Amino acid sequence: MIVGEQKPFEEIWEMVKDHKQLTVFGCNTCVAVCHQGGNKEAGILAAQLRMRASQDDVDIEIIDSGIERQCEHEFFEKTEELVQKSEAVLSLACGIGVQFMATKYEATPIYPALNTTFLGDVPETGVFTEKCQACGDCVLGVTGGVCPVSRCAKRLFNGPCGGSTTGKCEISKETECAWQLVVDRLEALGRLDTYEKVMPLKDWSKDRSGGPRSFKLEDF
Amino acid sequence: MAATVTGSKLERVLKSGHQAVTSECGPPRSSDPAHIKEKGELIKDHVDSINVTDNQTSVTRLCSLAACIHLKGMGLDPVLQMVVRDRNRIALQSDILGAASFGINNILCLSGDHQSFGDSPQASNVFDLDSMQLVQTVRHMRDEGKFLSGDEIKVPPSMFVGAAANPFGDPFKIRVPRLAKKVASGAEFIQTQCIYNLDKFEKWMEGVRARGLHEEVYILAGITPLRSVGMARYLQKNVPGMDVPDELIERMKGVDKKKQADEGITIAVESIQRLKEVEGVAGFHVMAIEWEEKVPEIVERSGLYPRPQID
Ligand code: SF4
Ligand code: SF4
Repeated sequence: MIVGEQKPFEEIWEMVKDHKQLTVFGCNTCVAVCHQGGNKEAGILAAQLRMRASQDDVDIEIIDSGIERQCEHEFFEKTEELVQKSEAVLSLACGIGVQFMATKYEATPIYPALNTTFLGDVPETGVFTEKCQACGDCVLGVTGGVCPVSRCAKRLFNGPCGGSTTGKCEISKETECAWQLVVDRLEALGRLDTYEKVMPLKDWSKDRSGGPRSFKLEDF
Repeated sequence: MAATVTGSKLERVLKSGHQAVTSECGPPRSSDPAHIKEKGELIKDHVDSINVTDNQTSVTRLCSLAACIHLKGMGLDPVLQMVVRDRNRIALQSDILGAASFGINNILCLSGDHQSFGDSPQASNVFDLDSMQLVQTVRHMRDEGKFLSGDEIKVPPSMFVGAAANPFGDPFKIRVPRLAKKVASGAEFIQTQCIYNLDKFEKWMEGVRARGLHEEVYILAGITPLRSVGMARYLQKNVPGMDVPDELIERMKGVDKKKQADEGITIAVESIQRLKEVEGVAGFHVMAIEWEEKVPEIVERSGLYPRPQID
């Protein structure tokens, strides 16, 4: 899923405070799982903004709302009118939802309430960790199911580097060394011999380096 | 003597069967080349070749290539260190050609410390290739006379290709296989991480010999003299992938503060003398960081002086 974190409140306030009307708009899928951008969080953020507005004696009408997903047209039906009438929208979706709305409502300012941080999982309640960078050419099949692109600080394909120490990455004692994990997994799978195969140069044209990516289902 | 394939002096020394001695110079954080030339001058008679670091610990400095050119101009044999952190395959290949055009005949292919250690933690990193793939790239350019794209290089770069190895990194069990991978990638010489834990290094060398890797690649053992007990402690605690045994710290501690630097030199000399006898150690890489003036003493006391004259 896509993980995001709410921006500092002051930064959000600075973006929106000059409007007369604002719709605070949640997205109830990925960013709701990490309790940063769901419809519930939209309600809380709207309340905080109202409080700040009254403290600073700023005249701004704040409505909170939200939908299931801000990155597909069909989910917008119920809130179409609300958004149409809004002077500005503070979206709690990831950067994708914010852009989807900005394209859909071309004359309405759409502000991001979140910093979209990574594609990750939920290994335990309340913990989110990066697992993929959508490199466009997945190598998990040869690395024992550990992603070297997102989890190795140097995205090495033939790791580990010399900085790997007791399972941790050279950048921090808090960060696991991806290549220690690769080696452990290959060993558990009885495939440690495959470690010695030198991984070829990566084709980064399938990554963001190649420009914006898209694909189209021909049957639709 | 095994046939040489490049103009590298390091290659000639190694292939003529001598234990080689290399050292290293860090370029200055300025555009003044005087510093690098002085360092070169200090050690030139006591080493065969001189590595020039590439923005080591991710701190921005005068570039390795330019510093190598200065040393080459003094008639020395520089080893261009090149990290894949800051350059993509276009820049790497271009710099390799540029270096070769100045007659720089050695390259050490490295991944490089992560930028979070240096003066620009906000920088984007590149890591288009990794260090092994850089080794492959240089060998491909030299031996096939081709760019990675397959296009022809009319005058290929004449480079003796090296890589680093850290016998003390984790997981230990893949440290020999990892060397095998570097050899398979085309590494011709290896310079190791600073060795303080000699027992562990010798254990690694056993594994290296068991696979015959010492016959496929020249392994230069990395030696860095300790200047003080403080430095020993710092390396032990704060430098990832560095193995400084407690006994060594005790030994440094047992010496009067003013004498600790001398003790550090003595330890370096003793390490070289012991490792000289280890089968498969093809030479020494003496890294006296900002202490280059001590390199001649270490080399002399270790019995590695005078250096062979080979043309
Ligand atoms: S290899 Fe690429 S696609 Fe696969 S998990 Fe890693 S970044 Fe994602
Ligand atoms: S320590 Fe491990 S995860 Fe960190 S950069 Fe090196 S190989 Fe990658």
